[in-house]
Amino acid sequence: MQYRSKYNNPKPNRKLTLWEKLYFPEIVRGLLTTIKHLFRPKFTRQYPEEKWEAPAAFRGRPVLVMEENGAERCVACGLCSRVCPPLAIEVQASETELLKERYPVRFEINMLRCIFCGFCEEVCPEEAIIMSKDYELVYTKYDDAILGKDKLLVPKKDLQERLDYLRKMRNV
Amino acid sequence: MLIEALIKIVIVLFTVLTAVSYLVLLERWISAWLQDRIGPNRVGPFGLFQPLADVLKLLLKEDIEPSQSEKWIFWLAPVISIVVAFSVLAIIPFGSSIILGGKSYSLAIASGINIGVLYIIALTSVGVYGITLAGWSSGSKYSLLGGLRSSAQMISYELTLGLGLVSVVMLSGTLDLGGIIQSQISGGWNIIRAPLGFMLFLISSFAETNRQPFDLPEAEPELVGGYHTEYSSMKFALFFLAEYANMITASAVMSVLFLGGWHVPFLHTMGLDPTLLAVLGIGAFALKIFAFIFFFMWVRWTIPRFRYDQLMNLGWKVLLPIGIVNIVLTALEKTYLLN
Repeated sequence: MQYRSKYNNPKPNRKLTLWEKLYFPEIVRGLLTTIKHLFRPKFTRQYPEEKWEAPAAFRGRPVLVMEENGAERCVACGLCSRVCPPLAIEVQASETELLKERYPVRFEINMLRCIFCGFCEEVCPEEAIIMSKDYELVYTKYDDAILGKDKLLVPKKDLQERLDYLRKMRNV
Repeated sequence: MLIEALIKIVIVLFTVLTAVSYLVLLERWISAWLQDRIGPNRVGPFGLFQPLADVLKLLLKEDIEPSQSEKWIFWLAPVISIVVAFSVLAIIPFGSSIILGGKSYSLAIASGINIGVLYIIALTSVGVYGITLAGWSSGSKYSLLGGLRSSAQMISYELTLGLGLVSVVMLSGTLDLGGIIQSQISGGWNIIRAPLGFMLFLISSFAETNRQPFDLPEAEPELVGGYHTEYSSMKFALFFLAEYANMITASAVMSVLFLGGWHVPFLHTMGLDPTLLAVLGIGAFALKIFAFIFFFMWVRWTIPRFRYDQLMNLGWKVLLPIGIVNIVLTALEKTYLLN
């Protein structure tokens, strides 16, 4: 069995033609190729000024969906905490007068542990925890990296694109 | 006389040192543009203060001397490199001559040196010592390999360089750089009269200045950094400076020998004021140097490095025979065509 595709060895030991052996014409050809690039548009993104808009499929910082009435969707079932491979999520449940009966008193994601696998989002029966587009994650203190409910809750209207994307992909 | 020379030295040194620091920026820009990138643009408008930041960084770095190094030679090597790179500039005529207050000043630090070409060859040969000694005195095998390579490479290519020069000397009949320019003004630029000699000289200039595709002495992927692996701070900066100063020197020498120096065709027939003519001449010379430097950089970001054996093959089996044939051709041209 030969594991050699046509791509990693295009033409083994190809004999050079006389024109190529003269060397100079080929150098001139190379120089013309590079000078063309001098006038091409640049690829560089001027990052802090020019930011990248992530597509809906992007898995950024996990967040909790906040409904219009200001309450979270989460029912504190603890599945996300259970499935999380690096044990980054901690949930503490309690009772509520709302229709959903249960809610998390405490919901913490340790961003130093999170590996952005998206299992929490996948396992969540309520679509309550989802991956956002937020990729600028810088913390200057360890304590800052442990996000509580105050930092995790994001209004539903800001996450609509990802919610629609999940709906679409799950119905396939 | 002494004061005149000192003023010229100060002006030339200041110009070249400023030019060198901006050449580093230019090199980074050109490399970026040829790779569809933007290049340095953060320090100051369009990144124009980048050289200042670079110099400041190099000055503030710790100067490390390896314990295995030969201290005295380790210190001497960068000095040799930089001295050689700058001393060639002493005989380059930057313009014809300028008349100030009824007195004519020649625009070369040391004008009328009648062995100018020999002086250039002699000094560029000394330049090998800077790199070889740096490699040897560092006490590191990578540096030593880089130094050895550079000595072998520069000795090989100096022959071709010399043979390319011989054709120019044959055509001009003088070793004086001013005389060579005069002969080009009357008889046409040497790039037309000796195109093969120009090609040989150009190629070996790349090797002499250790620029891509002949930068084997510092070949980063194989030798870490080659001869300057162990150097840091301002000693490293001196090597860096010497590389770019060498590039300016080589470009200036090529402009003088093959592109007529400060000569612009048909300009002196237009009956302009002599002072204006001299200034235009300096401008034309600077432009020619810049064109060569751009070419140096353009080639660097196009052609990959030679392998060591390929380098030696090219030097001894291809360029040297062509150089000898070129001398015969030039002799025939001189005897039959130009008389």
